[in-house]
Amino acid sequence: MSVKVLVPGPLTTIQDLGRFGYQKSGIPCSGVMDQQAYRAANELLGNCHGEAVLEHTLIGGSYYFDSDTVIALTGADMAASLNGSPCPVGRPVPIRAGDTLSLGIAKRGCRTYLAAAGGFDVPPVLGSRSTNLKCGFGGYQGRALASGDVLKLGIPGVPYEKIKENRIPCPDYPSDIIVRVIEGPQAELFTPQGLDTFYSASYTVSEQSDRMGCRLNGTAIESIHGTDIVSDGIVFGSVQVTSSGQPIVLMADRQTTGGYAKIATVITEDLPLLAQARPGDTIYFKKQPFSSGGQL
Amino acid sequence: MEGLRILPAGDRALVAEFGNIIDEGINNQVHALAKKLASEAVPGVLELVPTFRSLLIYYDPSSITYHDLAQRIRQLSESSAAAGSSGRRIWRIPCCYGSHFGPDLPALIRYTGLSRDEIIAIHSSVDYKIYMLGFLPGFVYLGGLDNRIEIPRLPSPRVRIPKGSVGIGGNQTGVYPLDSPGGWRLIGSTPVDFYDPQREKPILCDAGDYIRFVPITSSDYYDIRQMILRGTYRLTVQEGGGSYVS
Repeated sequence: MSVKVLVPGPLTTIQDLGRFGYQKSGIPCSGVMDQQAYRAANELLGNCHGEAVLEHTLIGGSYYFDSDTVIALTGADMAASLNGSPCPVGRPVPIRAGDTLSLGIAKRGCRTYLAAAGGFDVPPVLGSRSTNLKCGFGGYQGRALASGDVLKLGIPGVPYEKIKENRIPCPDYPSDIIVRVIEGPQAELFTPQGLDTFYSASYTVSEQSDRMGCRLNGTAIESIHGTDIVSDGIVFGSVQVTSSGQPIVLMADRQTTGGYAKIATVITEDLPLLAQARPGDTIYFKKQPFSSGGQL
Repeated sequence: MEGLRILPAGDRALVAEFGNIIDEGINNQVHALAKKLASEAVPGVLELVPTFRSLLIYYDPSSITYHDLAQRIRQLSESSAAAGSSGRRIWRIPCCYGSHFGPDLPALIRYTGLSRDEIIAIHSSVDYKIYMLGFLPGFVYLGGLDNRIEIPRLPSPRVRIPKGSVGIGGNQTGVYPLDSPGGWRLIGSTPVDFYDPQREKPILCDAGDYIRFVPITSSDYYDIRQMILRGTYRLTVQEGGGSYVS
């Protein structure tokens, strides 16, 4: 059971939830950008072991299936077609041997996930099938997919009859995006004016955004004595402010540590909105009251 | 504990911060807390990332609240401060200095006015503390470089530095664990793999360990490299007064 890549798209990689437990050794997590769409794709198919999927960026790829299987598409709508006819998204789609699936261009959103029953089967590296592009390991030969690659599929756990009614609603990805953040850990390095700017200004997603970081342009955020700090750990969603005062939200491929002050951290629930943000989209940060879970 | 601050890093992680400078005492506190948290296996704690002056702790908020975890960290850091630093683990890392292994050694000789032998003696006479790992898989940030052999980074970084290269950048020394771009001055090379994804433990050293460079000849270098490729090489590690091979 395998899938042949006919056209890969500009950046298509194999990803799962990511590589955990090695950040202390300098190994980034990698993993899917939009965990919500990733989980939905696997759930539609009854995949329940963190199966790997294909993540497409802005433009999708084309694939030839050499055997029967079931697939699901989630995330951005790339106007997929199956043997030339429209292919539905957000539901399991049975595939016959010899079928060709083609994804087009994302009209809204940025990333589309293609899951297959049983998952894309590449050898796990350090406990994950995610591609680490910078270090060149994981996924398919540690790189983005290319024409002619042949991807093995795992063994489906659930028959089609049991999943065929599964549906998820197709999300509507707006171009004005409000993301909620928890202040800190280094908010104290910014002036009250700087914090006010951060919570009130609009920021435009830069063309230079990638899997490492969502780079934003807008009103500079004023700090007290600059934003250099002694490097410390960074999480998926850390909002670093560079020396020029521009925010960068660190994403799946972030390095494990960084030397810019972090004004805030995007809450987990809102990370998929940033994962689907396109260059030119507008981001607003909204302060989320932090509850420590302690007794009041 | 004086100086310990606990700060939220979103809804699934927090930072236990012991200071805001690079300092061995502060770094010892970070590693002591990390060891305690790992050995206590606190439910809900998912991953620990020790850095120069803080410990990033990923947790599962459905298993433990920020409030409860913060309390636990305060208790543990008090007891870990009392425990002190015991059981230093020192990795003895063979290093071939100079020639094509360390193309910047002549520049360091010119810059410092020291002889080749003096530089090698100084560089290989220190147990360097691994403050943290980051930047690349297995890249060690070491403390303890003698200030007589400090040298600024290259004005423009090299595009490709071969793995195993031992370099000096400013007041830091370290080893490139895989081929990568970089701006440090290269003074030697180790045949030992700091990172090998095929090995059972892909990353050689842990943060909190120490490294001691041991000068070797170029023929030693190739002999060791052959042994590593055959799987017969054993590295010497000193721990708690004794030593063993790894």
